[in-house]
Amino acid sequence: MPKLSIRGGVHPDEHKLTNEITITRVPTPERLYLPLKQHIGAPAAPDKVIHEIIHKGQIIARAQGSVSANIHAPCSGYVEQITDWAAPHPSGLPTRTMVLVNDGRELRDDVSTPVNPLFLRPEVIAERVSQAGIVGLGGATFPSAVKLTLGQSRNTPVLIINGCECEPYLTCDDRLMQERTQAVMDGIQLLAQALYGPDTIIAIERNKPEAIRLMEIACKDFGNIRVMAVPTRYPMGSEKQLIEYITGRQVPAGKLSADIGVTLHNISTAYAISNAVRHGKPLTHRIVTVAGDAVKRPGNYEVPIGMLISDLLAFCGLKEEPQRILMGGPMMGQALPHAEIPITKGCNGVLAMSRAEVKNSTEHPCIRCASCVDACPIGLSPLTMAAMLKKDKLDQAVDIGLKDCILCGSCSFACPSAIPLVHYFNYGKGELLIRGQQQQKDDEIKRLIQGRQVRMAQQEKEKEEMIAKRMQAIAKRKAAEKAAAEQNSEKEIA
Amino acid sequence: MIRPPSSPHIAGRSSVPLVMLLVLLSLLPGTMLGIYQFGWPALFLFLITIGSAVLFEAICLKIAGKPVRLYCMDFSALLTGWLLAMTLPPWAPWWIGVLGSFCAIVIGKQIFGGIGQNPFNPAMLARTVLLVSFPLEMTSWIAPRPFGTADAPDAAAGWSITANGIPDLDAVTSASSLGHLRTELGRGELLPDILSSTYDPLASAIGTINGSLGETSAILFLLGGLFLLYKRIISWHIPVAILTTVAAMASIFSLHDPDHYAGPLFHLLNGGLMLGAFYIATDPVTSPVSNLGKIIFGIGAGLLLFIIRTWGSYPEGMAFSVLLMNAATPLIDHYIKPRIYGHPGSRIGQFFRKLKKEG
Amino acid sequence: MIEGIATLATLGFTLGLFLALAARFLKVEADPIVDDITAMLPGSNCGQCGFAGCGQAAEAMAEGTATLDICPPGGKGLIENLAARLGVDWDFSNSTTNTVPMLAYVQEATCIGCTRCFKACPTDAIIGAPKQMHSVIDSACNGCTLCIDVCPTECLQMVEVKTTLTNWRWNKPLPLAQLPLAA
Repeated sequence: MPKLSIRGGVHPDEHKLTNEITITRVPTPERLYLPLKQHIGAPAAPDKVIHEIIHKGQIIARAQGSVSANIHAPCSGYVEQITDWAAPHPSGLPTRTMVLVNDGRELRDDVSTPVNPLFLRPEVIAERVSQAGIVGLGGATFPSAVKLTLGQSRNTPVLIINGCECEPYLTCDDRLMQERTQAVMDGIQLLAQALYGPDTIIAIERNKPEAIRLMEIACKDFGNIRVMAVPTRYPMGSEKQLIEYITGRQVPAGKLSADIGVTLHNISTAYAISNAVRHGKPLTHRIVTVAGDAVKRPGNYEVPIGMLISDLLAFCGLKEEPQRILMGGPMMGQALPHAEIPITKGCNGVLAMSRAEVKNSTEHPCIRCASCVDACPIGLSPLTMAAMLKKDKLDQAVDIGLKDCILCGSCSFACPSAIPLVHYFNYGKGELLIRGQQQQKDDEIKRLIQGRQVRMAQQEKEKEEMIAKRMQAIAKRKAAEKAAAEQNSEKEIA
Repeated sequence: MIRPPSSPHIAGRSSVPLVMLLVLLSLLPGTMLGIYQFGWPALFLFLITIGSAVLFEAICLKIAGKPVRLYCMDFSALLTGWLLAMTLPPWAPWWIGVLGSFCAIVIGKQIFGGIGQNPFNPAMLARTVLLVSFPLEMTSWIAPRPFGTADAPDAAAGWSITANGIPDLDAVTSASSLGHLRTELGRGELLPDILSSTYDPLASAIGTINGSLGETSAILFLLGGLFLLYKRIISWHIPVAILTTVAAMASIFSLHDPDHYAGPLFHLLNGGLMLGAFYIATDPVTSPVSNLGKIIFGIGAGLLLFIIRTWGSYPEGMAFSVLLMNAATPLIDHYIKPRIYGHPGSRIGQFFRKLKKEG
Repeated sequence: MIEGIATLATLGFTLGLFLALAARFLKVEADPIVDDITAMLPGSNCGQCGFAGCGQAAEAMAEGTATLDICPPGGKGLIENLAARLGVDWDFSNSTTNTVPMLAYVQEATCIGCTRCFKACPTDAIIGAPKQMHSVIDSACNGCTLCIDVCPTECLQMVEVKTTLTNWRWNKPLPLAQLPLAA
């Protein structure tokens, strides 16, 4: 039973000016910078050494552990170095990164592709998705194969394909659905196949009529796949909100969507899966929306993963020095400290915002207007939580739902007093994380101290025993000597 | 450490000054009608009240070391002064306005830490202080004398009234409709007799009756409130809850005993109910944040208003009922919260959801 | 009058008896607060607080003679836990504690491999062998500084924990009063 709408939410200006511009392929730059951690989970481990020659599509770093993803070379050339390079993160702190030099020859190894991948067993599809290093391309970057395997084991009867793209400015999913409808559709079929043919719903916001039309035509022949036009309201494309809208059920706190029988994948992920499973092409490129008032030629670009944002912006041209460079959309995207940061798998947009575009208002005191309460899609009281975090009452903030906050930004957007609510929640969540790490370390150290104390006591005891033994030995010897002496003297006497 | 700006990087167009300005704008028609009716003294008192409110605000901000210009430009003091002026007898002396502004801004708001921190509605607090301290000045109502009519005072005479008080008090004052009703009922008269002689529903609706500026035109304040609803500055919950509660209570009692209890229309059109329901009770600072909380707040305020009007010792009880519900707001906010996604929610909420599912 | 005295005396006696019995039967066990605090403290007996060991510091805190921020290795988390256990409000803005966590670090050039530091380390965080260079395991070091005092060459130093992607966090937004004002 679909709901009428989601709770709360906001409707920012869409700025989706790039939705009619054809996707452009960006030439591979001279160097690519591939961080070893572009996904949720353990970082991949380098599989090539420095100066080793690579071909396009080869694995250069392998997944480690159960939740991780392979990384492939988007170009042919060689590995120049494995170094620390600024991560796509607001801090810009370094992370282990492989630097590839592009020789421009586009050499590629031959790969065997299945005649008809739709006849593949579900586990095989998941395996190929895993090999291709595909992660959630909507921005979550959770390894897709892990999600598929989970869906297979839990037997999820509903598959939702998320084509909402509710963030303003971004149009990469929209363009993908319009231009590469068949490939997207193929990916959706493969996903459905991998999940034993569930009821498949493609959710697209109503502000993309062309994409809805084309996708509807494309899935006409499939009984179990249908398009659902959903209201244009941020954050419709958030996993939890979309699931509630479509199924009428909420994912219980601390549970996964698979627990209520739903698997959710992004449109871009479906496209990447089609490429991987049908054509044997691993995830080396992705569509990125480049927009913002500072960009001369905004549009959607097919970018090799690992390309520096500065290179991409140079290709698109800049009208002015951007006031702020964002990775992702303006609501949840991260501001980057500089542009010498690579595009990673989860990056769906690069926004170079001009001075006038960026929110720039003075903070006023809270007037308790409850705009944030009305805007919160989760049903929290952002004003109360922020007030508690202001006073460092972390426990109280957790009690009223800090952990449930999805950082969607609706509250900050709606706040007439321009209070940095999301910043407070980022701060609170960070403190929680640090607190957890500290607790873990404290416990470990306590264990070490106790271990040492036990060991010391043991050593002390051994020492005492040894001394006692030695004393005994000495006493014995003395006694023996004494006895011998007495005997001697007795002899002498005798 | 690098201090990056946090998401979101765009913001809506709403801002505190804009909200306040729109509220002021929506108050304008009703205020103009009131000033037109009661002439120069009303205008002087109005200007003195809002002027002194802004002045007190500026002084307090200066003392507290806060940016005076920035905070004064949010127009909140202007609105508080304005709303206070709406509740004063139009021909009250100047010091009533100044003292009222002092109570509202200094005692009612800044002492608690300024905007957003006050537990009680500042304007209503000030009105209550004035009402219990200066009952004579605060209940000297005059009949409307619009500009240009024969017995309207000119500017000089108007100034004299505001500066020195009304010269011949007994000759010009008359009770407000609610006050009149109370007095007459107290003398044992029956309601239909009282109303047939003096009460005209149309005049009450349009506002050509005596009372404070905010008690005159029910229609204009209703329209102003609807404008605010349309602009989404206030939500419908509080006004609708108050108005329906009062109307329901009045209907029940007047049907039961029409000789002693006035009907719903009388209650809705007279006194400060419209102003209170749309402008006073909806003050975000002192009302609950959740929608259900707002409804409870509104029902409570409506009930108290009806009780005070009907059985209390004051003819009008908007200020008292709002203040009493203000005091209950933290309690309501504590218990009534929206359900958090993925959590079972409160027991009451679970119960209602179960009902919904079954029914 | 005698009646009055008798009545009051009886009343007083009865109530007194009642209270005595109540005190005996409804006795509340002594609050094991010192034990609780001792359990919270790191237990490395490093002495940075000025007390001989963690036990003494816990006693002082329970009596209220020591403030909650005297334990540098415990950091902010410990203060929060202590404040919660003792039921007091702790205002971090007034705290003089350096809340930046510190770790011991061996400068490789000057280490002579004397083994004194790892004998002193309460958490076995320093590894090495005689005449071999020593090294600190970051995850096991709680910053107690005991090793610093015994090092003969001053090659051991306390350094701030390096900010990395895993421990980086958002700063707290500036309070309203400290915001730079727009003109």
